[in-house]
Amino acid sequence: MSRTALGMPGLRPGSGNLFAEEKFPSAARRELGNAQLRRNLKHATSTIRTKRLNVTGELPDWEELREAGSALKTSVMARLPELLEAFEANVTARGGTVHWARDADEANRIIHGLVKAEGVDEVVKVKSMATQEIGMNEYLEEHGIAAYETDLAELIVQLDHDKPSHILVPAIHKNRTEVRDIFLKEMPGVDPGLTDEPRRLAMAARAHLRAKFLTAKVAISGANFGIADSGALSVVESEGNGRMCLTLPGTLITVMGIEKLLPSFSDLEVFLQLLPRSSTGERMNPYTSLWTGVTEGDGPQKFHVILLDNGRTNALADEMGRSALHCIRCSACINVCPVYERAGGHAYGSTYPGPIGAILSPLMTGVEAEENGSLPYASSLCGACYDACPVKINIPDILVHLRGKDVDAHRGGLPSQLDVGLKAASWALSDGRRLGAVEKLLPLGRAAAGKDKKIKKLPGIAAGWTQSRDIPAPPSQSFRDWWAKEHKES
Amino acid sequence: MSTREHILAAVRTALKDAPAVPDIPRAYRQEGDLNAQERTDVLVDRLEDYKAGATVVDEAEVPATIKGLLAGAGSYVIPAGLDPAWLAWETEPSRVTYDGGRHGARSVTELDATDAVVTSSAVTVAESGTIILDGSPDQGRRAISLIPDHHICVVRSRDITQILPEALRRLDGTRPLTMISGPSATSDIELERVEGVHGPRRLDVIIIRQSGNLPAS
Amino acid sequence: MKIALFATCIVDGMYPRAAQATVAVLERLGHEVVFPKGQACCGQMHVNSGYFKEAVPVVANHVRAFESEDYDVAVAPSGSCVASVKHQHPMVARRAGDAGLEERATAVGKKTYELSELLVDVLGVTNPAEQLGSYFPHTVTYHPSCHGMRLLKLGDRQAGLLRGVKGLELLDLPEADQCCGFGGTFSVKNAYVSSAMLADKAANIRSTGASVCAGGDYSCLMHIGGGLSRQGSGVATLHLAEILASTEAAPVAVPGPAGQPVKVVVK
Repeated sequence: MSRTALGMPGLRPGSGNLFAEEKFPSAARRELGNAQLRRNLKHATSTIRTKRLNVTGELPDWEELREAGSALKTSVMARLPELLEAFEANVTARGGTVHWARDADEANRIIHGLVKAEGVDEVVKVKSMATQEIGMNEYLEEHGIAAYETDLAELIVQLDHDKPSHILVPAIHKNRTEVRDIFLKEMPGVDPGLTDEPRRLAMAARAHLRAKFLTAKVAISGANFGIADSGALSVVESEGNGRMCLTLPGTLITVMGIEKLLPSFSDLEVFLQLLPRSSTGERMNPYTSLWTGVTEGDGPQKFHVILLDNGRTNALADEMGRSALHCIRCSACINVCPVYERAGGHAYGSTYPGPIGAILSPLMTGVEAEENGSLPYASSLCGACYDACPVKINIPDILVHLRGKDVDAHRGGLPSQLDVGLKAASWALSDGRRLGAVEKLLPLGRAAAGKDKKIKKLPGIAAGWTQSRDIPAPPSQSFRDWWAKEHKES
Repeated sequence: MSTREHILAAVRTALKDAPAVPDIPRAYRQEGDLNAQERTDVLVDRLEDYKAGATVVDEAEVPATIKGLLAGAGSYVIPAGLDPAWLAWETEPSRVTYDGGRHGARSVTELDATDAVVTSSAVTVAESGTIILDGSPDQGRRAISLIPDHHICVVRSRDITQILPEALRRLDGTRPLTMISGPSATSDIELERVEGVHGPRRLDVIIIRQSGNLPAS
Repeated sequence: MKIALFATCIVDGMYPRAAQATVAVLERLGHEVVFPKGQACCGQMHVNSGYFKEAVPVVANHVRAFESEDYDVAVAPSGSCVASVKHQHPMVARRAGDAGLEERATAVGKKTYELSELLVDVLGVTNPAEQLGSYFPHTVTYHPSCHGMRLLKLGDRQAGLLRGVKGLELLDLPEADQCCGFGGTFSVKNAYVSSAMLADKAANIRSTGASVCAGGDYSCLMHIGGGLSRQGSGVATLHLAEILASTEAAPVAVPGPAGQPVKVVVK
């Protein structure tokens, strides 16, 4: 299918790693077959859920912080043109260089040019969703530049030649024993007696990356927040790999989505309370760095920031869906999602998995792109994501909205069984007399039931239901009929 | 049309429905309600939860406390602006390296060969156990509190706020800021927290008890 | 009080006993129940499947049916359908550009209550054993359906009512707040993920040792009951209304493992 745009004039859909290449139901069915994956996800997500509830529950003003966070992000989207211009002017005034990129390819070409200009063939990286989204590592590799992931989980994934499956903990699908085996196989010079104790594994990563940090000339990062009125940027992290990358190399390149802005430094008082508690379930993450342009004598003396669109304006144009851009990438929605817990992150195809991915990916690419039309259906609409979201993105309502767009995009084609069924149901369910007439046929269903008064096998799309569930035989009369008889109505 | 103009035009096109700019409801806490002693107690609790060391001392006890914490260190670095009285006890000047000011900047390799670092701090948030460094002369540039494996950080109790909004109001947001909540850590394996990765694996915080009636925040 | 019953399509066609029990409970409290004849369905199956256009006549019908009758409040034995009436109906009308329907749907939504909400908040039921004569001498576990819990914020209302039933022993359900995996057409479109969710829910229910799993939504209970039945678990599913309607004089029989229909109790 086409990756080119439908959408509005001037708007460009996202490219890069934003696509489900296989429909979610079949990808999920395959992943469900991996019992180890299911156990790993269950263990990890239940651990983090408990931690998150403990640290959000102890704040007396948690709901007020969510309200403020939501309103601030709504305000940022409404004011985006002026905030982008202010941010650009402030970064430039403080010695940084601002670049703009419409899509993945443009961003990658800019980054490659900047790295080449420094005359190096390797860079160190802070974990960044934006660089995952644009497929930067792969692009640089094709052009002879090695990008070393320094976040522990990203390192695990990179060493294993795998793909991330979670936005906070990219290797959440691996347990400690699997991690040890990856290190033993892929990490040069690793102690062959390495155990699977997480502390030992973290120490192995420290030893592996130490020399890289101390010698790297160029670092590449994402950004959690960009501050419009000062040009400051912020990276929120835990391991100190972020501080290493942001502080030691002479050149820093930061890739940031255009939606990541906050109006003022003081607005961090809201988001630095919301993010760590929603994310790792800690009162605060170990390290948060802020910097503005270039500071003489402290940190990189060359600083570039790339402002990335890549489908964000496409999402912004959707009045109902634009609040998906409020996302601060905490992963709380992913950690509470029962569908994610079973299917895992790879089933979503895109860099962005889970509930937020199921809305963000199709909003950025257009619901028509590849198999992204199957993503909005990857939810039982249980609403746990909306409750957990620190900036109150109404994910269930946006899922339903995108289902509507998907249905409308397919109108006029060959109707599916569901199309036919729901259109007929609309006719029957929009009139009490019609429904009453249909209900008189329901007792016929009793013939389909066995002696135990259960229906055990249905054809067509309903076969999925009866693979693991019985349906009771219908009653001999509907409530409507019973009521009419009781009340002597005809 | 440049890419910049193209993107800004696309943003404006996307917003052609002119969405309203909402007022920001700031009903969350702006001020804490704990007194100085309670703020210190909360901070100590949080630091211990992060597996950082925490010692509350009088001003006069700071040098001896630092001396004790540095007992095992073969070498340490201090920012040029650190209070010299805190290290007046040192009898082996070869252990000490200075960074910044007239001493210039130590190289990454030198810092990597240094066991510990002693810094002061700008402001600290009790409720989240967060110490903030802003690169002032008594805290130094960011690399010195990052590369040595043991960070000894001095916090004055008058610089402890209860909550984050109070702390941010005392900072200049254009300076390079580092917020530190415990030693480096990771939760990347099965979401279980392990302390000590790339940043300092050991963090010791010395809190200076200060007398006098301090305001609630 | 004059109370209009919205039976909901699934209860009307498949589980009339829940609506009959609802009528019984309300009449026992001395209220008059009316059944607006034109009613059919809330339309959330269409909305949640993305068929907004097809949902419009369903919503319009519901609004028409509940405008045509004179009553104080409306009630439905379903958190999900009430959430749809309150939240989705105005949205469907708005999306269709029908401001008049939006206004009328909002007005109907404001008068509509989920059963436990009506009993606890409006009718002041605090002790079902005394006020309703509720009696159900069985071990019961309770699944809080997602839409009641998260969209209507029912909190402890349903479980609280169950705890007040004489003879009933309420057993805590592990991971109670986890979705059962129904999700309307989700259970068809993503049948495998749905089945995996159902398997965990059924295992948690069976781990309690309860003989009945109670709930406030027959859509979820049909899904959970379908799984428990296929597994041959012997655990029955019953609606909150049926348990509240059960009395010592006319106890509701717990359906056996083979799923025989429950004896209907009225008044």
